[in-house]
Amino acid sequence: MTSLQFDIAHLLAGGMLVLSLLLLYQDRILATLNVFALQAIVLSLAVAWQAYVQGAMHLMVTALIALVVKGFVIPAALNRIVYRLGIHREIEQVIGAGPTMLTGLGLIALSILLVMPVNVGVTALAREDLAFALAVILLGLLMMITRRNAVTQIVGFMSLENGLILAATGARGMPLVVEISVAFSILIAFSVFGIFVFRIRERFDTVDLAALDRFRSERSTLQ
Amino acid sequence: MAMIYDLVAQGLQMILVLAVAPFILGVTRKVKARLLRRIGPPLLQPYRDIWKLMHKEAVMAHDASWLYRGTPYLLFATTWVAAALIPTYSTGLLFSWSADLIAIVALLATGRFALALAGMDVGTAFGGIGSSREMLIASLAEPAMLLVVFTVSLVAGTTQLSAIAEHMIHGSVGLRVSLGLVLFSFIFVAIAENARIPIDNPATHLELTMVHEAMVLEYSGRHLAMIEAAAALKLTLYFSLLVCLFLPFGMATGDKSPLAFAIGLAFYLSKIMLLAVLLPIAETAVAKMRVFRYPVFLGGAFATAALAVFLLFVSQGF
Amino acid sequence: MPLRIGLACVVAYLVAAVLAVVIGRWRAAPAVVYGAIVAISAAGLGSAFFALVSDDLNTRLALPLGLPLTGGALRIDALSAFFLLVVNLGGLAAGVYGIGYGRHERSPLRVLPYIPAYLAGMNFVLMADDAFTFLVAWEFMSLASWILVLADHRREENARAAYIYIVMASAGTLCLLLAFGLLAGPHGGYAFTAMREAAQPPLIAGLVFLLALVGAGSKAGLVPLHIWLPLAHPAAPSHVSALMSGVMTKVAIYGFIRIVFDLVNEPASWMSLIVIAFGGVTAVLGVLYALLQQDIKRLLAYSTVENVGIIFVGLGLAMAFRAHDMAVPAALAMTAALLHVLNHSFFKSLLFFGAGAVVHASGERDMERLGGLIRRMPHTAIVFLIGCAAISALPPLNGFVSEWMTFQAILVGPQLPHWGLKLIVPTVGALLALAAAFAAACFVKLFGTVFLGRARTAAARNAHDVDRFSLAAMYALAALCFLSGVVPGPLIDMLAPVAHALVRARMPEQSGIAWLSIVPIAASRSSYNGLIILSFLICSGVLTATVIHRFATRATRRSAIWDCGYPDPSLVTQYSGSSFVMPIRRVFGAALFDIRETVEMPPPGSAKPARFSLKVFDPAWRFAYGPGTRAIWTAAGKLNRLQFLTIRRYLMLVFAALIVLLIVVAAWR
Repeated sequence: MTSLQFDIAHLLAGGMLVLSLLLLYQDRILATLNVFALQAIVLSLAVAWQAYVQGAMHLMVTALIALVVKGFVIPAALNRIVYRLGIHREIEQVIGAGPTMLTGLGLIALSILLVMPVNVGVTALAREDLAFALAVILLGLLMMITRRNAVTQIVGFMSLENGLILAATGARGMPLVVEISVAFSILIAFSVFGIFVFRIRERFDTVDLAALDRFRSERSTLQ
Repeated sequence: MAMIYDLVAQGLQMILVLAVAPFILGVTRKVKARLLRRIGPPLLQPYRDIWKLMHKEAVMAHDASWLYRGTPYLLFATTWVAAALIPTYSTGLLFSWSADLIAIVALLATGRFALALAGMDVGTAFGGIGSSREMLIASLAEPAMLLVVFTVSLVAGTTQLSAIAEHMIHGSVGLRVSLGLVLFSFIFVAIAENARIPIDNPATHLELTMVHEAMVLEYSGRHLAMIEAAAALKLTLYFSLLVCLFLPFGMATGDKSPLAFAIGLAFYLSKIMLLAVLLPIAETAVAKMRVFRYPVFLGGAFATAALAVFLLFVSQGF
Repeated sequence: MPLRIGLACVVAYLVAAVLAVVIGRWRAAPAVVYGAIVAISAAGLGSAFFALVSDDLNTRLALPLGLPLTGGALRIDALSAFFLLVVNLGGLAAGVYGIGYGRHERSPLRVLPYIPAYLAGMNFVLMADDAFTFLVAWEFMSLASWILVLADHRREENARAAYIYIVMASAGTLCLLLAFGLLAGPHGGYAFTAMREAAQPPLIAGLVFLLALVGAGSKAGLVPLHIWLPLAHPAAPSHVSALMSGVMTKVAIYGFIRIVFDLVNEPASWMSLIVIAFGGVTAVLGVLYALLQQDIKRLLAYSTVENVGIIFVGLGLAMAFRAHDMAVPAALAMTAALLHVLNHSFFKSLLFFGAGAVVHASGERDMERLGGLIRRMPHTAIVFLIGCAAISALPPLNGFVSEWMTFQAILVGPQLPHWGLKLIVPTVGALLALAAAFAAACFVKLFGTVFLGRARTAAARNAHDVDRFSLAAMYALAALCFLSGVVPGPLIDMLAPVAHALVRARMPEQSGIAWLSIVPIAASRSSYNGLIILSFLICSGVLTATVIHRFATRATRRSAIWDCGYPDPSLVTQYSGSSFVMPIRRVFGAALFDIRETVEMPPPGSAKPARFSLKVFDPAWRFAYGPGTRAIWTAAGKLNRLQFLTIRRYLMLVFAALIVLLIVVAAWR
């Protein structure tokens, strides 16, 4: 592997991490969707680059699926949902942007700390991809924790899944079947999410999950 | 003889930044005015302003102290010296080793310290508000700036500006996402430090939005001229710094002939001119932030720079 | 030779203390005692300096005092010589200051005898070469300073400060005692020589390190062990505050260095990680807390906490580099830390002296009741400004040099192979940058509120400059701030033997470098030249001023304040210290401190004034001490019942304790 190949892989994977952090930073819902779409596109580029470097052409399919489904279909669908729900306004974050960013940076440091010292039987590239992928996953989880809106939680979940794909492609030799089934399960999960969002809205006139909490606590006090 | 030549080259740089600074400010003002469909002041207006102010009588409050009178000169001197130590057209000038990147940033902090004190000298509410906010901005910007320095010095293996520029020109820097992130972060910091939109508005005199202008509200005459000149110099300084750290191509490095200097000079001038055009374009696209949004803006710069450090560690960690 | 002079100094200090008791009521007593302090500390300073420069070190001396088997061993090596220099320099400055300042002391007998005793204790700590002597001297120092904290004992808060101080000091000494106990091992080798030679297992070394960190850290003011410091330091008279903040914290740092770098064989990376993290957190929290203070002296005390944090970051880096066999960066970090020790003792003494002058001239410690002193006390204002700029790490003064060197050490940090260290190093760099920016804000606030603006009270309006001796001490320290900032090269070279003794390397020789620059590692990497920067600044500033005055105009007119057309003659509309820090308090303080802001708005029609009150609580109290204090109270409540038992029950308890102990002994075999 040449230095340039490594640099490009590093650039793409690093780009995904940057976009993950940007997702945390964004507080407008439509911008979040755009950043998410961009992340998916960078992901597909990263996967395609891996496919080229590893000479594993089946990864190209993965890249294509990522590009089409996550780069365009899901963001477009979410966009429609957002407009139909009429919630293209600011997101309330549970904790402020500053602490969220600091926590995010801490999580990135943690994943580097976990992965980088391992140097048995792994190439530098795989190690690096794994570190970044872990960071993307953790940031996705963090996003799901810090947001109250159902739609942004979906985005957090999807970006977490981006991290999974990045990890899998870096690890060399993931069978295509697994990848396709993962993609399908994501799609199914997405549609389930979509249905649920509408159901939540029908019930509670909001997609703010705090409303659900309120409902639960009422139930528990009644019982 | 060689010594005299070196001294002349260093002196030339010192005069260059001073001479070009008001013009750069004039360009940004002109471009901004054109973008807002105004005709705008002539390009040479900042020179005329400073000239005019210098010849005016200075009006001071009754109880203004010596600190108040001394600060404009100190501010001007620190900014000028800092600007003159950044390589513009050539690396390795005679005194380029007397301050590295950290020392240059700290020199600017000296000027800011003095100016913030001067803002509090006559005991007005506006002066205080300006000083207070200026120190807030500084405390938000400085960690981000340190991480920028950290990343750049990690890539180049030095904090010496000349050596960094030479490394960026000759060394195998490669494709570095970290440098891109750091550039981004540096621009954020530079915007905050230069009191540009969206942090501060250099053209405002609306009381509650002022930061820098509030600090210097009481100044007039030659003192104000010094402060304006220092502000122009600071803008040029940050442009030169950006050019030196991230786009140093064209700079005279090994060859110290007048021809190499002339080429370096042409490159330098065209680069900072380009930046002077780009800055107002970016500025017109955004709105001024309220004070308590600053942490989000500069926190973003900090996070970007921190991410750059992490990515650099990872890419070097094998 | 230096050791004999040092010992003579200690004895002379003690004689001076006794003398002070005898003549304390005389009118000339302060002049005599402080004059003696000046003479003795000048001798001590000279001998320490001579020892360090001429390398006349490592002499030993056995005292006929101390434990039966070991005796009292004394020794001066490079490290103790350097710290003797710091202590005696502080003593000298405080003595000169005291000749003038001490005249106004209300109850001289409560202060005069204890300052020489205190100095004797600090000198003796530095010369001790066995654990027993060290601890005795350490306790002597603590107790002497405790009495000085109680100098103005009628004030309720001083009594409370002294109480907390004595509790914390005892706890710290206990930790050191245990650390020495572990180092001495089962055979009881209490001499430092024996400890150095014994090889400790990693577990013991780790425990010793933690105990030393807590014991010395509590004396030095490491967060969260700092709580006594901002209470106790300001309570003493100002020159004693200067000694406590500028010098005694350094003795604590000496204790830490002595144990961790000298007595424990090899510091491990995890230890350095802890020191660096605590140092960074201490630096930021200390200065952030200083920002929120209104009491001048308390602000300075909190700023000491910050500087101790910076020093500990340097020490932690030195440990990290040493643990990974990177000797040259280790020397850089060590030298940076030691230089900051010296520099901090310069400007912190200067600032406390200035604060003392302000307090003496106006009778106010609350900065919100001062203002405009630059016109009433021009000399104090100049030196105080220099101190403020130096402590804010501004070039070309000395604070910047040592912080710059610390940053240079941080920039080498990524070469460490340990990933935890690699990641914490940039973090701590950002924290230090934040602390430096906060320090600048803090001292702009301090100087701006106290010396600038218009006088807020009659006390400030009628203030006057202080006497010649006090001014001389302050001017001398300000000159030192300038000098060591502009030509730090000789100081760095002076520190070379110390660094070499501790980390087995030294920084590059600075004396041969052209133009008096300083170079931390290599000239291609980084260099700094305060002299050239200063001369450039002076040239360009003077040149510009001359040109403008000569060729443009120098006409000046005095007029009323403009203030954007809305001048308000009222004094209270000036920006106060607490309004100055409001943005920083809102942005950074809310998350870190318990801040309670209450606004009372009277209903319309009511003539009552609206009130705004602000309370800031140190979170260390709640998190670190709250549970402990509560537990102790509960336990004490439970134990209280033991006081009311019958004699038979007491006997039973004693018997049971005896039996249990005997069983333990039997089981031990």
